[in-house]
Amino acid sequence: MTDLRVDLGGMRLANPLMTASGCAANGRELHRFFDIASLGAFVTKSVKAAPASGRGTPRMAETAGGMLNSIGLQGPGIDAFTAVDLPWLAGVGARVLVSIAGGDSVEFAQVAATLAAAPDWGCVAGIEVNISCPNVANRGLVFACDAGSSAEVLAAVRAVVPAGTPLFAKLSPDVTDLVPIAGAALAAGADGLTMINTVLGMAIDTDRMRPHLFGVTGGLSGPAIRPVAVRAIWQVHAAMRAGAIPMAPIIGVGGVRTGRDALELVAAGAGGIQVGTATFNDPRAPRRVLDELTDLLDARGVDRFADLVGAAHP
Amino acid sequence: MTATPHRHPDGMPTPTARAGDAVVHAVSPVVESTAVGEYHRLTLAVPGVAALATPGQFTALAVGGATSGLLLRRAFSIHRTRAGATPAADLMEIVVADAGPGTRWLTERRAGDVVDVVAPLGKGFPMPARPGGAAILVGGGYGSAPLFWMAQTLRSAGVAAHLVLGAATRNRLYGTEFGDSADSLQVTTDDGSAGVAGQVTLVLPALLADTNATTVYACGPMGMLRAVTDLARGRGITAYVAVEEAMACGVGVCMTCVLPVVGDDGATSMRRACVDGPVLDGARLRWSSIADGRVSVPDDAVGAPRPAGGAR
Repeated sequence: MTDLRVDLGGMRLANPLMTASGCAANGRELHRFFDIASLGAFVTKSVKAAPASGRGTPRMAETAGGMLNSIGLQGPGIDAFTAVDLPWLAGVGARVLVSIAGGDSVEFAQVAATLAAAPDWGCVAGIEVNISCPNVANRGLVFACDAGSSAEVLAAVRAVVPAGTPLFAKLSPDVTDLVPIAGAALAAGADGLTMINTVLGMAIDTDRMRPHLFGVTGGLSGPAIRPVAVRAIWQVHAAMRAGAIPMAPIIGVGGVRTGRDALELVAAGAGGIQVGTATFNDPRAPRRVLDELTDLLDARGVDRFADLVGAAHP
Repeated sequence: MTATPHRHPDGMPTPTARAGDAVVHAVSPVVESTAVGEYHRLTLAVPGVAALATPGQFTALAVGGATSGLLLRRAFSIHRTRAGATPAADLMEIVVADAGPGTRWLTERRAGDVVDVVAPLGKGFPMPARPGGAAILVGGGYGSAPLFWMAQTLRSAGVAAHLVLGAATRNRLYGTEFGDSADSLQVTTDDGSAGVAGQVTLVLPALLADTNATTVYACGPMGMLRAVTDLARGRGITAYVAVEEAMACGVGVCMTCVLPVVGDDGATSMRRACVDGPVLDGARLRWSSIADGRVSVPDDAVGAPRPAGGAR
């Protein structure tokens, strides 16, 4: 039996499998299909300071091996999240990686501070800082596309959470070089990185000859982007091994549908795995991938999951 | 529910939902596939579905098999369920229109093929507020699928059920042979190839007046649902409409199928059709934000984006 326990920058989990933010709502919906507390962690939908309606529809388009989405971070706001969603998650015994978002670093900090003050803070295993959202103060440029903006947000969150709170920066693959952005996020207070967020894409409705999505552009996800995730994780983990940036845990996400897909991200350098879009196809996907990965490692006689992280690197 | 241990073609065990959660997730063998006009009626073996499902609820089917590049589930109204001798022998029927590669795959399934099924999902048709009286059920195209079951449910409860089926043309009507499930049946087609030439709204005003109906149930295109809602409101009665919104998951996690709905507190919020619907009180929908395949967020909706140039 493989030891599946992981320690991701101080975030100690029973196993490396998680949901992906925005692909699992806040727990109740999937708990009908499997016990979400059996995952290493449950990752919540990015929450902002205030309630957000999100965008109009169509919000999604199916693509080959994936989908585009343009939801617009619809959510209840941090007050309702800590009053309703977090107590429910705590009640079922889930370990929670809370994804937070904001339009500027002040909002990120406000959300993090409210979360840290919540009665159910005890079930929070860590905070995933979704910096792949538009920076209102910088012409809507995505924070994660700029090292300085990324660092500003991470530093602002780090300043308001209790010491030792594991923080993960969720990075966008839509940049020329991920390494300096990863380095800036880590230097500013991130304990680890979650990569990758969706890849910016677009679809056109050729019957109506107009953009298919109400929001015009959207995030591409699903198995189609798995090679992009593998590449991104590989490059950043390689930079860590080379000493270009500090060694830090990477939570891999992007197109994982099977245990073998998960293993591929692990071999590239991921110490944790999130299952996102595959959940839309199979509501049991996060749990199934955990079972498949467990079987795969047992069959290979692997003693410790953690020993496989980055195993494909020379 | 604990499902019968059917095996996935690739050897994976049948997925099942958790006990007590009122939903079945099963790899379901196709029992029968029947071409009906331009549609296909698919009968699936879905263990335990009969005791759970009510008219107006839907099912979400994966398409293309376990390695398909088409990831998103397809949602269908449940046409009807049939209780087996044991729950393990329960059947569920849906009506499928070939509208693209995913639905075509479904229409090509034959007896013995398997489909990954989640059912039942969402909220079905509420019964009328008061017993007795009459209700009208309006179906556009294959949107009529859940209405015959609902008509029988109404009649069992002592409510007269009057059906109106409309479609562009004869081949796109569904269920004209199920007239026996209701107290009356009227048919309209845009081209006059069957029944009255015109749309359902042509015959509805007289039917509403003649039957003194207290409730209207409708399922079909958004334009029809809006028109039916307007006619019902004109008479001060309730219209329950089953919406067909694009969904990726059907189970409440993808957040793509939202509509602006007025809540009990009077505030509009973007609600998931898969969880808060698919049946909604037509009077609660913000119809002016829904047009031409798009839904915009009303400016006064909770958390609506602030107008450009406004303060954050």
